[in-house]
Amino acid sequence: MAKSNKPIFWGLFAAGGTVTAFVTPALVLVTLFAAMRFNMDMFTYESIHAFAGWWLGKLIIFGIILVSLWHAAHRLRVTVHDFGVRADKQVAIVVYSLAGLGTLLTLIYLLRI
Amino acid sequence: MNSKPYVREVSKTTWFLSHPRYQRYMAREVTCIFIMAYTFLLICALGSLADGPDAFQEFLNALRGPWGVLFNVAVLAATVYHSATWFNVTPQAMPIQRGEEFVPGHLIVGAHYGVWAVVSLIILVWGM
Amino acid sequence: MSELQKRQIQLEVLRYNPETDTAPRYQTYSVPCLEEWVVLDALNYIKDHLDPTLSYRWSCHMAVCGSCGMMVNGEPKLACKAFIHEYQEGQIKVEPMANFPIERDLVTSVEDFITKLASVKPYLIPKEDKPVSAGEFKQTPAELKKFKQYTLCINCMLCYAACPQYALVPEFLGPAAISMAHRYNQDSRDGGRDQRQEVVASDEGVWECSFVGACSEVCPKHVDPAGALQQVKVASTIDWYKEHLMPWMKR
Repeated sequence: MAKSNKPIFWGLFAAGGTVTAFVTPALVLVTLFAAMRFNMDMFTYESIHAFAGWWLGKLIIFGIILVSLWHAAHRLRVTVHDFGVRADKQVAIVVYSLAGLGTLLTLIYLLRI
Repeated sequence: MNSKPYVREVSKTTWFLSHPRYQRYMAREVTCIFIMAYTFLLICALGSLADGPDAFQEFLNALRGPWGVLFNVAVLAATVYHSATWFNVTPQAMPIQRGEEFVPGHLIVGAHYGVWAVVSLIILVWGM
Repeated sequence: MSELQKRQIQLEVLRYNPETDTAPRYQTYSVPCLEEWVVLDALNYIKDHLDPTLSYRWSCHMAVCGSCGMMVNGEPKLACKAFIHEYQEGQIKVEPMANFPIERDLVTSVEDFITKLASVKPYLIPKEDKPVSAGEFKQTPAELKKFKQYTLCINCMLCYAACPQYALVPEFLGPAAISMAHRYNQDSRDGGRDQRQEVVASDEGVWECSFVGACSEVCPKHVDPAGALQQVKVASTIDWYKEHLMPWMKR
């Protein structure tokens, strides 16, 4: 039995799980308030653009989105298996490609801000 | 030793329906679908931010309305369940030994909930 | 002295005779149970008074030998630790442990588990080659505490009966075997971790686990195999990064 290559994905899954556990609920509250038109002043283009323009802001945004993507992708791979689908290699390619696409888009957008 | 052992089959698609413990596990696992979807929402927000104030306003307009609210409420439920289930098992995955004894699990879990509250406050206050 | 309280309990037991049956079937027995009885007492009553053909494993009757694992109302339990008074409805379903082939009645084949347990080298592989004349291996209380919990496993296999990944992926090494590897890896006297990782760090090893946690929930000795497996994942991941990012470092 050869040693698995799962550690690379599991490490990202664990990091992402931790980060999303701490920050995502509050982030969702922010977008929920925006969707409910609650407190219109808070969601100004200028303030968010300024944060994303700041080098540390870029790093934080990239970090959060990166680990969220790879956490969800790896868990999705396992969940699809739990639902009875037996095509792990193909499923892995699909979910990790999705995470890869998200990563690439984030990089592109952040570099444009 | 007998030559005819009987193997009981388990359904690979409905196995989790047989016990509340497995149902809770699957509920925890499917939170990843919501987190994945939400992360792409954030990426869309980032994209519109990069395209300028008009594009960003378009994004906000699309977010407003019943579907936007429903989506965020669903994600909120999923992500809170993820956080709770994640924090609760941390002492099992990363036990801390101080001297001879291990730090009690409820202290580790409590500390996580505390940090969660602080981080959430920072994000909300900054967002406001 | 008060009257001994007795309650008539219906035990629905899964029977299977490999010589005559093509499939298992349920047989119901009506058993007069004392208040303090466990399911094992009811089974012994059946065997002594109602049906001597009923086959099941048991030994110590005190939850230390690990022999009497079975499904009681769908839950993996030691029959000697399943108290009748917990089942107020008066009807109890008793089946052999899930995820193992049935040999006869409540007796399952444990061969797969034994093979897997042996494969993780569940014995001390001393770090240093020390002759007996050089004296004992010394260990502080803190070093002992680090692995003590995982020594409590009685190999009852309830964790395997509860684990859905073992149910769905029979190649999975499983909770108890990996926890036993962890028990030795955590032992300060041991130096065999690398040898065990060949089996433990494979796809069919720890990486089949998805932290359902059912194993720890059903463990009668509070070993917490789920915790052990997550700790093995963390250690294996750190290993992986060390191997790939710092290949020049000798372990």
